[in-house]
Amino acid sequence: MTCTAWGMYPKIECEKLHFSTKEALRKIIHNKQELIPYGNGRSYGDSALNHNIIEVKPHNYFLGFDEDKGLLHVEAGVLLSEILEHFVPRGWFLKVTPGTKLITVGGAIASDVHGKNHHIAGCFSECIADFNIMSAEGKIIFCSREQTPDLFKATCGGMGLTGVILDARIYLKKINSKYIDQTTIKTKNLKETFAAFESYKDKPYSVAWIDCLAKGDERGRCLLMVGDFRDDGKLDYKIKKQKSIPFNFPGFALNNWTVRAFNWLYYGKARKGVSHQKVDIDTFFYPLDAIDHWNQIYGKKGFTQYQFILPRETSYEGLEEILTTISKSGKGSFLAVLKLYGKANENWLSFPMEGYSLALDFKMEKGLFSLLDKLDEIVVRNHGRIYLTKDVNVSKETFEKGYPHIETFRQYRKKNKMDEKFQSLQSKRVGI
Amino acid sequence: MSYVLIVGAKSDIAKATAREYAKNGYDLYLAGRNISELENLANDIRVRTQKEVELLELDILEYESHHSFYEQLEEKPLGVISAVGYLGDQEKAQSDFSEARKIMDTNYTGVVSLFNIIADDFAKRGSGFIVGISSVAGDRGRKSNYLYGSAKAGLTAYLSGLRNRLYDARVQVLTVKPGFVATRMTENMDLPEKLTAQPEAVAEDIYSAQQKGKNVVYTKWFWKYIMMIIKIIPEWKFKRMSI
Repeated sequence: MTCTAWGMYPKIECEKLHFSTKEALRKIIHNKQELIPYGNGRSYGDSALNHNIIEVKPHNYFLGFDEDKGLLHVEAGVLLSEILEHFVPRGWFLKVTPGTKLITVGGAIASDVHGKNHHIAGCFSECIADFNIMSAEGKIIFCSREQTPDLFKATCGGMGLTGVILDARIYLKKINSKYIDQTTIKTKNLKETFAAFESYKDKPYSVAWIDCLAKGDERGRCLLMVGDFRDDGKLDYKIKKQKSIPFNFPGFALNNWTVRAFNWLYYGKARKGVSHQKVDIDTFFYPLDAIDHWNQIYGKKGFTQYQFILPRETSYEGLEEILTTISKSGKGSFLAVLKLYGKANENWLSFPMEGYSLALDFKMEKGLFSLLDKLDEIVVRNHGRIYLTKDVNVSKETFEKGYPHIETFRQYRKKNKMDEKFQSLQSKRVGI
Repeated sequence: MSYVLIVGAKSDIAKATAREYAKNGYDLYLAGRNISELENLANDIRVRTQKEVELLELDILEYESHHSFYEQLEEKPLGVISAVGYLGDQEKAQSDFSEARKIMDTNYTGVVSLFNIIADDFAKRGSGFIVGISSVAGDRGRKSNYLYGSAKAGLTAYLSGLRNRLYDARVQVLTVKPGFVATRMTENMDLPEKLTAQPEAVAEDIYSAQQKGKNVVYTKWFWKYIMMIIKIIPEWKFKRMSI
């Protein structure tokens, strides 16, 4: 069977392993080598790919909800969209959500995902009370911050390399509307963009779309969108039917000119300066979920999303250099997302740290990897790091420099024999 | 009255259908053999939707029990959906009549026995809906599964007649004809990915067709056209084919 992830690159032959009971899963772990849990396939690169993948998504039972504490207990295969579908109408929302709701809870933990409120609320692990995980030895371990701190720090952000998460209890947050009051700030260059982020940092949600093909004085121009939930009691949330991209676009459909045109139109349509909108949850948090298989617009060779973060002190110069490099290369995408993050957490492989992160899509084409290597070099020189959930190319050396706890993680895996069982193409490439 | 009765509730299509109905505000009776195995699903649906879910023991092959099964329901259901199905082993069934009989009895006789009882009640009441999950395999017999196919063909004809009978009583009868669906029943078959639906998609189709008052629904929709073509192939040609 062919397996791939959201970037459709790489595509590899693999065996999909299903389990119906915990005993069956134990047997799979016992009998096979090089396993990696696979959720909804929304990480971009090769972090959930290997010759043996364990299908977790079918395990999607809701197990309980404590209304007083807002504490929801679900199996690891439950999608965030399922939680929203049933709980937004009852006035609950995820404390932390990434830019897609189509990921499993297990995947959210393994990537320790973050969202537009990272500067206020941190990563997904912040909302986890505890979870159960099956270890390399087939034991079910109850894991919480207090009881098993090492396992917790290794698993949240640990890319599925510590075991198979079975179920988790997560805290939800109370909301009183499905609408968000959004403010859009249109900036003219990188300096203005940074200033805008700083002056709106008290807003709970913020993210900027940045035009990375803009040159000269306009480099770094963006639309910064900030917002917070309204308080109007309107909670009649329904999951909308997705529009679909039914086939791969031809590879040439997206090129420097079409992307430039899109960016020009998108940027141009926003009003000058500061404007206000009322938008719903899906528009604000999950704009791309409206289109099923939007990944196919990049053609059948696939694409990657390159996401890095730079510490605050080096962010400005670093970003300027990176934007110049990208703009010169002529490669680039209409989806470039910039955000100011809050403090790093204690998890060993979690991506966020205090500073600016940029994420952008590149379609797979000749010369891409050498551009990415060039960008990697700038990121490392500026003491930044690469996001494993998106990555498909980073080298061991580059990766290591960004993550100070990497040795702790490696030793922990070794000591608990996790490295003998759980491996992905990515973990082998970066040597974790 | 708020309950929908789903029989054959342990099938993957039934589970997805149960979630779909609960999501849309219905309480559920889920019936099947060793039904306690569905305790986790029942809990799942309660946590998701805050709807009532009751599990009821029912063996579709124990025809004599069907009357008392239906009698025991204090609140009669708004409608009933049968997801009972047994694919069986075609080759074995060709020489072993007990297998052939199990296929026929599960897919046809058992469902008829139960539906007859429920149809009488709905007819008297003058309301309700009856949904039978048949199969595209019932549209034309093929060598690879004609025992299953013929039982489903029987069910399709039964539902058609029932619809005719209950029209005046304003009871809806819906025949559902799924094509390939990725379920436990088909997990060892090599199904073409583009033509294979997920149980959730089938459940949505069932719900939407039932709510629209339809008579027959193919799911996914393109099976209507695939079967149209398969049905017009002349018999002299069809008998030579391997499809």
